[in-house]
Amino acid sequence: MEIATLLPLLLGLAWLIPLASFVAILFFGTRMGPHGKSAANVATAAIASSLVLSVVALGVWLGHHPPSAASHGDHGDGHAARSDSMVRLTAFRADSSAPPAAASGHDEAEHHEDHQDEDHHDSGAHGDAHPHEGEHAAVAPVAYAGDWYTLYSGGALRLTIGWYIDSITVLMFVVVTLIATCIHVYAAGYMHDELHPVTDAEVQLTSGGPFSREGRFHRFFQALSLFCFSMLGIVIAGNLAMVFVFWELVGICSWFLIGFYFERHSASTAANKAFIVNRVGDFGMLIGLMALWGGLGTLHFGSSVDPATGDPQPGLFELVRPTAHGYQQEVPDGLVAFAAAADVAGLASGQSDQQAVRREVAAAVPGWREAGYGRWLLFIAGVGIFCGCVGKSAQVPLFVWLPDAMEGPTPVSALVHSATMVAAGVYLVGRFYPVLTPDVLLVIAYVGGITLFIAATIAVTANDIKRVLAYSTVSQLGYMMLALGVGGWVAGLFHLVTHAFFKSLLFLCSGSVIHACHTNDMRKMGGLLKVMPYTAWTMLIGCLAIIGAGVPFVIGLSGYYSKDAILAQALLYARLNPAHGILYLAVAGGAFITAFYMFRLWFMTFAGSPRDHHIAEHAHESPRVMTMPLVVLAVFAVIAGWGLPSGFGVAGLLEQSRPAGTATTVSTDVILGAISLPAEHDSHAEDIHVTATLTAFATAAAGVLLAALMYLRPLVSPAVVARLAGPAYTFLVNRWYVDELYHILFVMPTLRLARLISGIDRRLIDGLINGIAWAARQIAGIDAWFDRTVVDGLVNAAGRVTWNTGIEMRRLQTGRLRQYVMFIVVGTVAIFVLATLLFRTSLAG
Amino acid sequence: MILAAVGSIGVTHYLLVGGLMFTAGVVCMAVKRNALGVLMGIELVLNGANINFVAFGSSYLAGEGRSPLGLDGEVMALFVILLAAAEAAVALAITLNFYNNHGTVDVDRADDLRG
Repeated sequence: MEIATLLPLLLGLAWLIPLASFVAILFFGTRMGPHGKSAANVATAAIASSLVLSVVALGVWLGHHPPSAASHGDHGDGHAARSDSMVRLTAFRADSSAPPAAASGHDEAEHHEDHQDEDHHDSGAHGDAHPHEGEHAAVAPVAYAGDWYTLYSGGALRLTIGWYIDSITVLMFVVVTLIATCIHVYAAGYMHDELHPVTDAEVQLTSGGPFSREGRFHRFFQALSLFCFSMLGIVIAGNLAMVFVFWELVGICSWFLIGFYFERHSASTAANKAFIVNRVGDFGMLIGLMALWGGLGTLHFGSSVDPATGDPQPGLFELVRPTAHGYQQEVPDGLVAFAAAADVAGLASGQSDQQAVRREVAAAVPGWREAGYGRWLLFIAGVGIFCGCVGKSAQVPLFVWLPDAMEGPTPVSALVHSATMVAAGVYLVGRFYPVLTPDVLLVIAYVGGITLFIAATIAVTANDIKRVLAYSTVSQLGYMMLALGVGGWVAGLFHLVTHAFFKSLLFLCSGSVIHACHTNDMRKMGGLLKVMPYTAWTMLIGCLAIIGAGVPFVIGLSGYYSKDAILAQALLYARLNPAHGILYLAVAGGAFITAFYMFRLWFMTFAGSPRDHHIAEHAHESPRVMTMPLVVLAVFAVIAGWGLPSGFGVAGLLEQSRPAGTATTVSTDVILGAISLPAEHDSHAEDIHVTATLTAFATAAAGVLLAALMYLRPLVSPAVVARLAGPAYTFLVNRWYVDELYHILFVMPTLRLARLISGIDRRLIDGLINGIAWAARQIAGIDAWFDRTVVDGLVNAAGRVTWNTGIEMRRLQTGRLRQYVMFIVVGTVAIFVLATLLFRTSLAG
Repeated sequence: MILAAVGSIGVTHYLLVGGLMFTAGVVCMAVKRNALGVLMGIELVLNGANINFVAFGSSYLAGEGRSPLGLDGEVMALFVILLAAAEAAVALAITLNFYNNHGTVDVDRADDLRG
C-alpha cells in the first residue's frame, strides 16, 4: 500500500481505538467483570493496540524515510533566502531610519540592509553569504496531509477532520501510546482500592460520620481512554481548528481526572482551578486563531486541494514560508491585505469592477508589506497561539494549576500532568513553529526562562513528594519552551520526548512510594531503599535522567543529550544576542537547582534511616503489575536519547521534520529589537558544545553534591540553611506568593464584583420588580374596592329594589274576592272615564 | 218620562234594561259574601250583556239596513249562554270543593292565595 494512505490508516486507527474503549466502558463499564474490573483490561488492550499500530507506523516511516547521518538536511541552502528575508522583515526600519541616500530608492535600501545585516551577523558562525551566490533549492520536510471528513464547508471556511503526519507525529504517537500503556498497566494495580466501596477519610461530612461511596474503577479507565483519544487527536490534527477541539477535550479529561475524588473539597477546587486557568490561555488561542483565519482564510497546516472546486489551497506553513521564497518567513498576502483594510477600502471606493480592484490590491501588497503591514498581526497570531500553550503547558503566569492538579490519582499525574497533556503545549509550539516569528520566539524564550527558574526554586522547599515533581514538571516545560524560543527546535522537542519518559517514571515511582507509605509528606519517609528496591533504583534512574547525568562526551542517560542540546542552543543564542544572555544563565542555574531538588527528593525518601517508624514498618514493595511498568519506563529513560551514527534515534527522527527554512540563522530587527535566531546545527560547533556539556555536568554535579551534603551526610543542616535564608526561605515555601497574588488580583476582585452585582441584583432589580408587584397590588386593591362597592352595589341595589317592590306589591294580593271585583269595576270605570276624557275626539269621530 | 221622550220602544230601552241588569250583577258580585250569590251576580252580568247583543242584533229594533250585525248579535248571545253554562258548572264545582274544605261558602274566607 502507498505510504501516503497507509500512515493515515494506521495512525487513524491508533487514534480511534481508545475512543472505542471509552464508549464501551461508558455504556458497559459496570457490567465488565466484578465491580467493573475488566474495564482496565479493555482500556489497556485498546491503548496497547494503539501502541502496536503506532510502532508499525514508525516502522513504515523509517522504511520509506531512513534517517540520514548528515541530518541537517537543508543547512547552508537558505543563506541567500536569509538575506532576502532579512530585507523583507527589516524594511520597515530601513525606511524609517535609513540615511537619506537609502531612502531614494528601494533597491538601494535593500542593498544597504543586506550589508548592514551581514555585518551584524558576522559575529555568528556564518556571515559570508551573499544573495547572488549559492542558490540551492531548499527542501521541505516530508509530511502527509489530508482530510478524512469535512465538517463544514462554506465561503472561505472549511472545517475538516484531517491529518498532518510527519516524523514528530509518528514519534509522538509512539511516545504517548507507550507511556500510556505502561501507566494503564500500573493503574490497574494502583487503583485496586476503587474495586470495592471506598471510605474516604479526607472527606468531612457535616454529620461527622465517615464518608463511603461506590468504587469508581471503571470510570477511571473510561476517562483515561478518552484522554488518550484526545491527546492523539491533537497530535494527528491536520488543522488548528481540530487542534483546538481536542485541546479542549484534553482539558475536560484533565478536569475529570483531577476531580476524580471530587467529594474532597481540595480535589474539586483543583479541578476547577485547572479548567478555569486553562480557559484564560485558550482565550488567547482563540484570538490567535481568529487573526489567522481572518487574514488567511485557512487553518490547515499543510497545503491541500479543495474537494469541491479542485483549486489548490495553500496551508499555513506554505503561506508563511512560501516555497518560492526559499521557505523564509514573510508576512502572507492575506494578512497584509487584512491589516491594510483601510487602504484596500480606499482602492475599492468608486470602482465597480471587483476583478480590477483585486488586481490593484495584489499589485499593492508588496509595497504594503515593505511598509510593515501585517507584521503585528502575525506577531499577535503567534503570541495568541502561544497563550493557549502557556495555559496547557503550565508556563508563567498560568502555571498555578499544575501543582494543585496533583490532587488526582498518581497515574493521572504521571500520564496527564507530566508526560502528555502538558506536553501538548510544547508540541503545538513545535508544530506551529514555521509560523512563529523571531519576536514571538523571544517572548516564548523569556516565558520559558522565567518559568523554569520560578518553578525550580519552589521545588526546592516543597515537602510533598508529588508537588516536588509537579514543580519539576513546570520547570522542565519551561526548559522546552525556552529551547524552542531560542531556535532549538529539535532540542525542545527532544527534551519533550525524553522528559515524557523519565517524568512519567518518576511519577509512577512516587505513586509506588505513596502506595506503600500512605502519605505524600517526604519528611515522614526515609530509608525506603531496602524495603522497596525496585522503586528506589528505578527512581534513581529517573533522577539521574532528569538532571542529565552522563559521562561527558561519551555516553549518558536520555536527559544528558536533550539538556545538553538546550544548553548549547541557549549558549549560542546568548553569544549572538548578548542582550539576552540571561536566558543562558537561567538554563544553567535551573540545571543546578534541578539536580539539587531531585536528589533532595531521592535522599529524603530512600536514603538514611526511617524518620517515621510506623510508616517504615508498614511499607512494602508494590505488586509486580506496578513495578514492571517502572522497569520498562526506566529502560526508556536510559536509552531514549541514544542515537546511532546513522542518525537512527529520536534526535535524528526529529531532524527529518525540521521546519523548512529554520536550519539557517535568521536576523530580524522588527518589533522587540534586533534578534538573531541561530541555526540549530551551529550549536554543535566544538567550542559551544564543549562549554555547554561541561557546564551541564558541573552544575548537575554541584547540585547533587549539595543535596548529598544536606540530606545524605548531614554536614549542613537544612534547618540551619532555612534559618539563614530567612525571608527568602519563607518566600519560596509560600511559592513566591503567586497564589496569594492571584487571589488578591483576580479572585478577590471577581468575588467583590460578583458581590456588587448580586447586591445590584438584590436591591435594584429585585427592588424594581418588587416595587412593580407592590404597585400592581395597590391598583388591584383599588380595582377590588370599585368592584365591590360600585359594580356589586349597583347589582345589589337593583336586586333590593326589585325585592322591596315585590314586598310592597304583595300587599295588593289580599285574596279577598269582593275586593278584586271592586277593583275591576272601579278600574274599568276609571279607564272608561279617562278614555272618554282623553280620546273624546276620536270616539266622537 | 223616558218613554215619553223616546216615543216608542227602541234600542235605547233595551240598553237601559241591560245596563241595569249589568249594574245589579256587579253590585251583587261586590257585596254578596255567599259564593252562590256571587255566581248569581255573574249570571246577571252575563245576561245583561246578552240583552245588549240581542238588542243590537235585532233588525226590528235597529231598523232594516241600519243593523251592522245582522244575526250576529243572537249568535253571540248563544255563545255567551253556552259559556255561562260551562262556567257555572265549573264555578259550582269549585264552590262545592271550597265548602268541603272550609265548611262554608263565605268568599271572604277564601283568601288562601293572599300575597
